[in-house]
Amino acid sequence: MSADGARGVCGPAALRAKGYDNMTYPMALIDLANPSRFLGLAERALPWLAGATALVFAVGLYLVWFVAPDDYQQGATVKIMFVHVPAAWLGMFAWALMSVAALGTLVWRHPLADVAARAAAPIGASFTFLCLVTGALWGRPMWGAYWVWDARLTSMLVLLLMYFGILALWHAFDDPARAGRLVAVLTLVGAINLPIIKFSVDWWNTLHQPASVFRLGGPTIAPSLLWPLIAMALAFTLLFATVQIAAMRNEILRRRVRSLRIRAAQAAQEA
Amino acid sequence: MSLGPHAGFILGAYAVAAAVILGLVVWVVADHRAQRRTLAELDARGVRRRSAPEKGPETP
Repeated sequence: MSADGARGVCGPAALRAKGYDNMTYPMALIDLANPSRFLGLAERALPWLAGATALVFAVGLYLVWFVAPDDYQQGATVKIMFVHVPAAWLGMFAWALMSVAALGTLVWRHPLADVAARAAAPIGASFTFLCLVTGALWGRPMWGAYWVWDARLTSMLVLLLMYFGILALWHAFDDPARAGRLVAVLTLVGAINLPIIKFSVDWWNTLHQPASVFRLGGPTIAPSLLWPLIAMALAFTLLFATVQIAAMRNEILRRRVRSLRIRAAQAAQEA
Repeated sequence: MSLGPHAGFILGAYAVAAAVILGLVVWVVADHRAQRRTLAELDARGVRRRSAPEKGPETP
């Protein structure tokens, strides 16, 4: 079902004709699922999101570079953690988001689901790449090696390769709806890697340290290092939200361009 | 502020982070401009969405 086709069946006008009031909660959700409505909301939200991202990054970087102390074992290299850890979280979060969107594509045929998945894939790949590179730059001085075939590192590398596979698949099909369904199935299969990444440090004897923030019994990091980490994680999350919404807006416009070109070609053939 | 003997690794990590973030921002901005430009070109050729509002007369 195309995004515009969905609007005809359950769009605002059709639902108002069925007696739904504009202020009811279900109506608000359905309005948000409408690509045109989403574009309007994105235009209004993006300047605020971009401003909040810049502000929280400024606060986070100030805490990292001027407030956070050196670690008693790692020294100043602990500063790499403030970039590495949020990048790792968001690399995994993007795949989780794509998995929810995959359900939206396959089960509910939500008009924005595969738009959201397609937008999230390159962003998730970027954060996963950043996580691996910053991890290597931390590993060389701390472990004496840029890379070890440790379960955590290897499962993160597998995540990056899966992102590349998904991106290649999106580009292999002309029809985004067909590609979206196939990508959705592969995304759900690939989601099995997320618990493997998370629990790899518990299931196997790894060089990578175990969880020190999200764990039973609370974080084991000193508050003087934890607060800058939280600020940087919030900044990276706001950045993710900003880029994700902007990329979804672009994807909707790209599909409009595609459908207009098809219509123009059909009109030229008929003439 | 002293970054100790591993300053190159620390600064390198932040440089890569800055490059990735900048790359993402440039990508979404450039892509948005490209899609808008293509839509404007199609509109100028008279190719419009069925639900697009009709263009009214020019107002002063």
